[in-house]
Amino acid sequence: MQLPPALRARLAAGPGTAEPLPVARDPTANAAPFRFAARPVRFPREHEFFEDGDVQRHLYLQDVLLQVADVPEKPRVPAFTCQVAGCCQVFDALDDYEHHYHTLHRNVCSFCKRAFPSGHLLDAHILEWHDSLFQILSERQDMYQCLVEGCTEKFKTSRDRKDHMVRTHLYPVDFRFDKPKKSRSPASPGAGTKASAEVQGNSGERSEGDAMEICTEPVVASPAPVGERRTCSHRDIDHRKKSQDTEKNSAGPREPLLPRRGVP
Amino acid sequence: MWSRRQGRLRPVVCGVEELRRRRREREAVLRKARREQQLVSKRLLRDDAPEEAGEGCVSAILGETEVQQLLRQAQRGTEEKRERALVSLRRGLQHPETQQTFIQLEGSMRTLVGLLTSNQAQLQLEAARCLHELSHSEQSTVAEACLPATSYLLTYLSSHSSDFIELCLYTLGNLIVESEAVRRQLLPQGIVPALAACIQSPHVAVLEALGFALSQLLQAKEAPEKIIPPVSASSSILASTLPQHMLQLLQPGPKLNPGVAVEFAWCLHYIICSQVSNSLLIVHGALSTLGLLLLDMAEAVQRTEDTGLELLACPVLRCVSNLLTEAEMETVGGQMQLRDERVVAALFILLQFFFQKQPSLLPEGLWLLNNLTANSPSFCTSLLSLDLIEPLLQLLPVSNVVSVMVLTVLCNVAEKGPAYCQRLWPGPLLPALLQTLLFSDTEVVGQSLELLHLLFLYQPEAVQVFLQQSGLQALEKHHEEAQLQDRVYALQQTALQG
Repeated sequence: MQLPPALRARLAAGPGTAEPLPVARDPTANAAPFRFAARPVRFPREHEFFEDGDVQRHLYLQDVLLQVADVPEKPRVPAFTCQVAGCCQVFDALDDYEHHYHTLHRNVCSFCKRAFPSGHLLDAHILEWHDSLFQILSERQDMYQCLVEGCTEKFKTSRDRKDHMVRTHLYPVDFRFDKPKKSRSPASPGAGTKASAEVQGNSGERSEGDAMEICTEPVVASPAPVGERRTCSHRDIDHRKKSQDTEKNSAGPREPLLPRRGVP
Repeated sequence: MWSRRQGRLRPVVCGVEELRRRRREREAVLRKARREQQLVSKRLLRDDAPEEAGEGCVSAILGETEVQQLLRQAQRGTEEKRERALVSLRRGLQHPETQQTFIQLEGSMRTLVGLLTSNQAQLQLEAARCLHELSHSEQSTVAEACLPATSYLLTYLSSHSSDFIELCLYTLGNLIVESEAVRRQLLPQGIVPALAACIQSPHVAVLEALGFALSQLLQAKEAPEKIIPPVSASSSILASTLPQHMLQLLQPGPKLNPGVAVEFAWCLHYIICSQVSNSLLIVHGALSTLGLLLLDMAEAVQRTEDTGLELLACPVLRCVSNLLTEAEMETVGGQMQLRDERVVAALFILLQFFFQKQPSLLPEGLWLLNNLTANSPSFCTSLLSLDLIEPLLQLLPVSNVVSVMVLTVLCNVAEKGPAYCQRLWPGPLLPALLQTLLFSDTEVVGQSLELLHLLFLYQPEAVQVFLQQSGLQALEKHHEEAQLQDRVYALQQTALQG
């Protein structure tokens, strides 16, 4: 198929609309037996006109083939440690580090060190677990926001919210990012120690129920001489936590008014 | 576009003939599926490094005890040991038999979901990979067994680890096409808002995966009624910010990623051909964006040989063609309409590309040309002034379908009156018509007769030449054909009187 040479030049030139030649139709043009009528055509989804193009599309999708013959190696770098305080994990590939960082350190509550998959869930957590103003307001109005992205419903209690998420959004009853707060309010003196007790209690198990409740993993990924690095044992972490919590409590019922996100 | 995909998922090196044969087989299967309106495809992301897989090493099918053991090992011990157990499980899950064993084991999915949401990054990733293998299964029972995990997959779409998000998206994309039952769970769970939030990611791989998942959702049978229209805010595509973002991702320029663009072009096509609320898209500037994209593609096609551009051209052409039929076109302001003559130039460059590389796309390109020229004296004038009649005629021998469309476009031009027909004749048109009159296909001949009629009407001098070139004999061949008789007779009369 030969195209006129000026065509490419036309494409490269600026936009423009052709000045139309005068239109003058004769009424006998579409008189019987002739029936041509110029009109744009539309094809609906399942029309057979689309068969060839659709088949090509799906061949492309399926050509993302199952066998892997030649995968480029993950780029390796000299081993480095995660820089977040208290985390000793070692990496030699940036992709792994990215995933580790985002999973464990990115959206971390600065109060209780729980990690969350998204800023959205972290914000909800801080509000509901660590904000005394929230507690006060929730006695008078619906404050528990639905956790599903895009849903703006609010509820009186976290129980009501859970019911809504199960019924309307078909979420699982044991959705792991909607754990009810165990203690009554953050201002009560028992809360601090209870929270840390929870953390302690959970740190021993590896049960599936405890999502995102401990931020750092004391396991070193690559072998390192014992004396060289500070080994992060559970005990160290708990010890640090305990003293932090006691500090908070001993400062009296003063609570931070503005919830802070974990900023690693 | 293709660099990442080629990097991770290059095909097995086997004979070229073998590859061709497999492709032909698959094409036949796909055609059959399309005719039964059952055309769905899943995608598989597999990341095994060659030294792990070994030379010709095939992972073994795992029995019930082995699966149980691996699940137990995955739940306790050092992170490294747990990860290795999951990797072994994942390899085993490449086999349908292991998949069946897994889903029949009580508590297996619960354990896997627990690992997916655990506090250990590598375990999460491996658990997600296991889930992904399951989602790809052709057996509904296996894919549907993944349902307990979907709320978490959706939650993780707003996390920040791009590899993980990509995996979740492809998994969701596979599950979406499994059945309407699956979608009836995913929609209330908020898949549309989750995708709308995720589309703002800067990562190309994430965007491509998102486009894929979205295209799967839009292809669903119930999409035109339940997913696309702005009926309920929580599950509606058109009520979300997705359309604007999609159009942004289709804007030509240095940031346009072809792999991403392909996915979203198909998404747009599914929305537009559902004919739900296309005026909304026009208001968002769909026509001008897609028009500019056409120009961009025509330029790209001239620069490089093998770009896979037809994969993007196809849905874009369809979108523009269908959008041009919207009645709102008349009332929408000039900015939103398509008037730029360069679109015609670009289209012909693409037609030439199809002619050489993918002739099956010629009808789609000509469909757009019809819709551009039908009601537009300006575009018809462009066809004439840019000397595009002759190239158009060169397409006549390709196939009957193509012939009919070429002739239709020429009728679009001719019916606008004498000023247009004067530019059609003298020229190559009449000889070409005398040729098409010799075709046996009724539709081709019928369209030729219509064009002849218009030509004789507005350019009577053509009649003499027609007679001189044995036109009457050509007409006579069809005088018995029921669908053509009346028109043949009328033309014969005109010719004899003229």
